[in-house]
Amino acid sequence: MSSRENILAAVKSNQPAFVGAPVIPHFAQGEINLVEKYGTVLSGIGGKLYLVETHNQVLDILQTDFFGPAKRVVSNLGYLSAMAESYTSDANPHSFKNVDLFVVESRLAVAENGAVWVTDQEIPQRALPFITQHLAAIVHKNDIVATMHDAYDKIANFDYGFATFIAGPSKTADIEQSLVLGAHGARTMTVFVVG
Amino acid sequence: MKDHAQLSETFNEDEPRVNWHDETLWFVRQKRDKAAHGIPEWEQLRETASQIKNNVLSNLSEYLVQFEEQAKQNGITVHWAADAAEHNKIVYGILQQNGVQQMVKSKSMLTEECHLNEYLKEQGIDVTDTDLGERIVQLAEEPPSHIVLPCIHWKKEEIGVLFHKHLGTPEGNADPQLLTHAARLNLREFFLTRRVALTGVNFAIAETGEFVVCTNEGNADMGAHLADVHIACMGMEKIIPERKHLGVFLRLLARSATGQPVTTYSSHFKKPARNQEIHIVIVDNGRSKQLGRADFRNSLKCIRCAACFNTCPVYRRSGGHSYHTAIAGPIGSILAPNLDMKQYADLPFASTLCGSCSNVCPVKIDIHEQLYKWRQVLVQEGYAPAAKTAAMKGMGFTLSNPGAFNVAGKAGRWVVKNVPFLVNNRFNAWYKQRDMPEAPKESFTEWYKKNKAE
Ligand code: SF4
Repeated sequence: MSSRENILAAVKSNQPAFVGAPVIPHFAQGEINLVEKYGTVLSGIGGKLYLVETHNQVLDILQTDFFGPAKRVVSNLGYLSAMAESYTSDANPHSFKNVDLFVVESRLAVAENGAVWVTDQEIPQRALPFITQHLAAIVHKNDIVATMHDAYDKIANFDYGFATFIAGPSKTADIEQSLVLGAHGARTMTVFVVG
Repeated sequence: MKDHAQLSETFNEDEPRVNWHDETLWFVRQKRDKAAHGIPEWEQLRETASQIKNNVLSNLSEYLVQFEEQAKQNGITVHWAADAAEHNKIVYGILQQNGVQQMVKSKSMLTEECHLNEYLKEQGIDVTDTDLGERIVQLAEEPPSHIVLPCIHWKKEEIGVLFHKHLGTPEGNADPQLLTHAARLNLREFFLTRRVALTGVNFAIAETGEFVVCTNEGNADMGAHLADVHIACMGMEKIIPERKHLGVFLRLLARSATGQPVTTYSSHFKKPARNQEIHIVIVDNGRSKQLGRADFRNSLKCIRCAACFNTCPVYRRSGGHSYHTAIAGPIGSILAPNLDMKQYADLPFASTLCGSCSNVCPVKIDIHEQLYKWRQVLVQEGYAPAAKTAAMKGMGFTLSNPGAFNVAGKAGRWVVKNVPFLVNNRFNAWYKQRDMPEAPKESFTEWYKKNKAE
């Protein structure tokens, strides 16, 4: 017998009598201002939040407040074409090694932990949000949910190849528990909440 | 071979360092408390997680088959390994097939358990650990001492010296920011040149065939997305039934581990990217056996958050290496004897049975009760360390005989007060390097009797 058959047989004969999976309770979060909560949590984990009304404001802020013009900015968002180069899914991921800023739209953010959700629909190049030095995400205020349970309710059985929650800049505290932002992934994370 | 008590003795020689180790981990424990207290439904969440895991264990063979089927449909290659040796061979086989001599690896306690790095080194493969803490212990040629914080036993000045030697950072510089940045620059070169990346797996979803990898540093993603081949190694207990169950576990994991609301990255790998391959290696290595031990199977519910390490007074004051096994701490002390009762007979005794571990465990494993049960098994099977057996027999006698307990208590207090060197000696492992507490003048029982009479 192969290892597969041996393992499955051993597991089958050793597993206890069947018990069903529980129903995940509905944890009501009461009256909370989701944008406010999201912003508080995001700044707590080292991210930065901008509240904007239009996508043009995003362009303005990125161009003036946030970023100098000489850097390499990558994004497929039409309203950023004045400052960003676009990319395709068949590019070599290594070609992004000197990207300074990557900007992406997210359709789901989570107030309780500051995360944005992106799938390969938004990031046809999986490496981009990680290899870039700085990451900016744009999310509509109606797309912020309270908890991870709400997030998975929305994700449901959406079919992706790759998807990820990103909550703040990459970080480590491996040296004596001193928090350092910018481990291997993006060194900063900026989120624009629109609407 | 030295046992836990002897190894902790070495660790305890430097008392200020032990205090520092103790305090650093207690700080992490406090962060966990703060995060947990911020979630009103915390206890319900733990209960739900525990019940989901009960379901997983009771239906594991079916879930494994379902997971494999889905993963295959998604274009992932699935391998099965009965033990560490087979796991290592499978990984090596994939490297050979691709004609590759070098790979990057992100944190995977399973590969530590299987001693993959050592094995691959013997085959001439160059493995680079990319988690900062793991990189530090790798450069120092040591195993990790903690499953979440691999170099928690290292001081920044020592890391400064290590990095000066290996990465050329300025001599005498021990600034965590500078050292981390140096590692970032150095490891980017590895991410950009390695064609194979190995990662661990935090959760594998039977329903969809996808798996989730959680990191703060982003090293798993940097490795996986920049390589041609991604190998993901998982213990078979990592299965959870449905995607929506991730909501429960991702809310618990990082809060329990470091007090963060969630790890920076929770990456869901479902299908390989264009021109890439994904391999999953499902490993048994004693897990099916543990599943058959009714008293110990709950240990397979573990999600490796390390909350039980950070809260454990014995772990904090003896250090991870004293456990002489890949997974240290309270949970490691339950898992290790399953693999080898003789070699790890000392570990279930490395506990005060205070129960703090069971109180913080996000999946409600009865950790301290299992440690206590292992002691019985080990004594019965004749593996228990001699000194501990005698102490246990004494304990068993007093616990079943309150009269004797009173006398022993009185006598004990007399001994502590009058001949402290008798208690504070080498036969009493837990008082090593510490002064015995001052003996109370009267016990609660004596006080109660007296005060009731008065
Ligand atoms: S036993 Fe519980 S507390 Fe310990 S590492 Fe596992 S899940 Fe965390």
